[in-house]
Amino acid sequence: MDRIPILRMGPVLLVSIQLDMHDQIALVLQDDLTNAITTHGAKGVLIDISAVSVVDSFMGRMLANIAGIARVLDAITVVVGMQPAVAITLVELGLSLEGVRTALNVEKGMAHLQSVVASAGALSDPGDDADGAD
Amino acid sequence: MLTARTEQIPVREQQDIVSVRQVVRSWCLTLGLGLVDLTKFVTAASEIARNTVEYGGGGTLVLEELRDGLRVGVRLVFEDQGPGIPDIERALTDGYSTGTGMGLGLGGTRRLVDEFDISSTPGAGTRVAITKWKTR
Amino acid sequence: MPDAPANRLVAAIDERFDELLRNWITDQLATLRRAQIAESDLRAQCTELLQIMRRALVGGAPLDVEAQAWAPARDLLGRISVSRAQQGFSSTETATFVLSLKRPLFGVLRTASKDADALADDIWAATLLLDQLALYTTEVYLKARQELIARQQQDMLELSTPVVKLWEGVLALPMIGTLDSARTQVVMESLLQRIVETGSDVAILDITGVPTVDTLTAQHLLKTVTAARLMGAECIISGIRPQIAQTIVHLGVDLGDVITKATLADAFKLALSRLGLAITRPKAAPGAVRPAAPTTD
Repeated sequence: MDRIPILRMGPVLLVSIQLDMHDQIALVLQDDLTNAITTHGAKGVLIDISAVSVVDSFMGRMLANIAGIARVLDAITVVVGMQPAVAITLVELGLSLEGVRTALNVEKGMAHLQSVVASAGALSDPGDDADGAD
Repeated sequence: MLTARTEQIPVREQQDIVSVRQVVRSWCLTLGLGLVDLTKFVTAASEIARNTVEYGGGGTLVLEELRDGLRVGVRLVFEDQGPGIPDIERALTDGYSTGTGMGLGLGGTRRLVDEFDISSTPGAGTRVAITKWKTR
Repeated sequence: MPDAPANRLVAAIDERFDELLRNWITDQLATLRRAQIAESDLRAQCTELLQIMRRALVGGAPLDVEAQAWAPARDLLGRISVSRAQQGFSSTETATFVLSLKRPLFGVLRTASKDADALADDIWAATLLLDQLALYTTEVYLKARQELIARQQQDMLELSTPVVKLWEGVLALPMIGTLDSARTQVVMESLLQRIVETGSDVAILDITGVPTVDTLTAQHLLKTVTAARLMGAECIISGIRPQIAQTIVHLGVDLGDVITKATLADAFKLALSRLGLAITRPKAAPGAVRPAAPTTD
């Protein structure tokens, strides 16, 4: 069975969804990411959906789940590259993707993650003011 | 109203949901549907296909090309012999809950299509028909 | 066994090809304004149609232009029709291309004929064929005209609501005139597309030039904002006139947490601050004075 590869760039895990996933692959991805976050102590997860032309409620829930699980494991999730037609459809469907941050593309997503991760790193230094790392 | 092309495919397993998306996309492209309309319709088909598999115990999808005077459209008819939906009104107003709700979320799906028809008999099965017309 | 009228038609076309072609072209040029189509082009088109018709008839094609054997003819006429439609010819002028073949063809048939009954059959067969081809031509023409008009409408829609880049990362969409449902949808889609293309973080929807807004339009605007947010960009709505503000409240439209600003300028300032930018006035050095105009003193 195909498996969606997870790449690592420092404290950030990168996932690029290139195919029309069936439910099983999505669940495996969720598992793989959860394990990877823990194994590598990742602080950020970037999911690139620029090649995804249909996001239905199942996939929406998967993205929200991943963001939720990552949050519990102290990592931030950013979904990038949502196509306009997909965004319009999700709005019509009434899916809000609660708890999922989004960015226009990989560059902006990474920039956001890096700034958040950096300020979170500053928290571990004693005596520094806590930044609003949310 | 004339029906030109038709096709029937099984909707029994998770893998079939992907097939449904691909076939419906292909039909929409042949019809010349715009990108946003196509995305909405394929998404709607995916939702109902999943309901058919997970809630209806599996069933079939019949695709029909429709011609009504100058307009052309596609109609999808999903049918299963599953437990049926006891409260259709509620299913139509249910939002998407990430919790344990039935998750049928048909209300949202209805907004994605031009025509939406559902009939269900508890214990005998469910039939959902959705139609998208090509504008212009 | 091939059809007898068809055989005689082929024979007539073969024996008097040049005469037929010449008369057909002459008749057309008489009705068409000469400048509209080059005679050489017309000659080429007429020649090709005659040859295609001849080939189809020789091959035993039935007198039904929907049949596969007539596909090359449909293809040729389709192309000619589309081109005529785009050039601005009327549907009559386009159909005349085919219909004007009747007189020369009947003439040739009559000259070649030895039998009144056979001639009647031949003329009937020819009429049947040419009428169907002419009708097909008209159908294609109409479709082409419709598509042309639709494209022009689309262009106008897009032109009337241009997406403007105010700054790196900031787009503005000045909307002018009444917004109907169709227009708002087109505008929404093109704005979102531009956001992706330019990688803009902020889009300002300015509705200063919009006199009224109804529920549907307000909902479309809200959907646009929500969609942009889902994609990772932010929308600010600016230029809400007092009447529209009243309408929005009156209709019970919930703007939620959509940011609104009175003017495009305010929205722009906010957009810049979101991007971490600000406009500052460079400080003049103390005592520096702009040089006065040179005087004779």
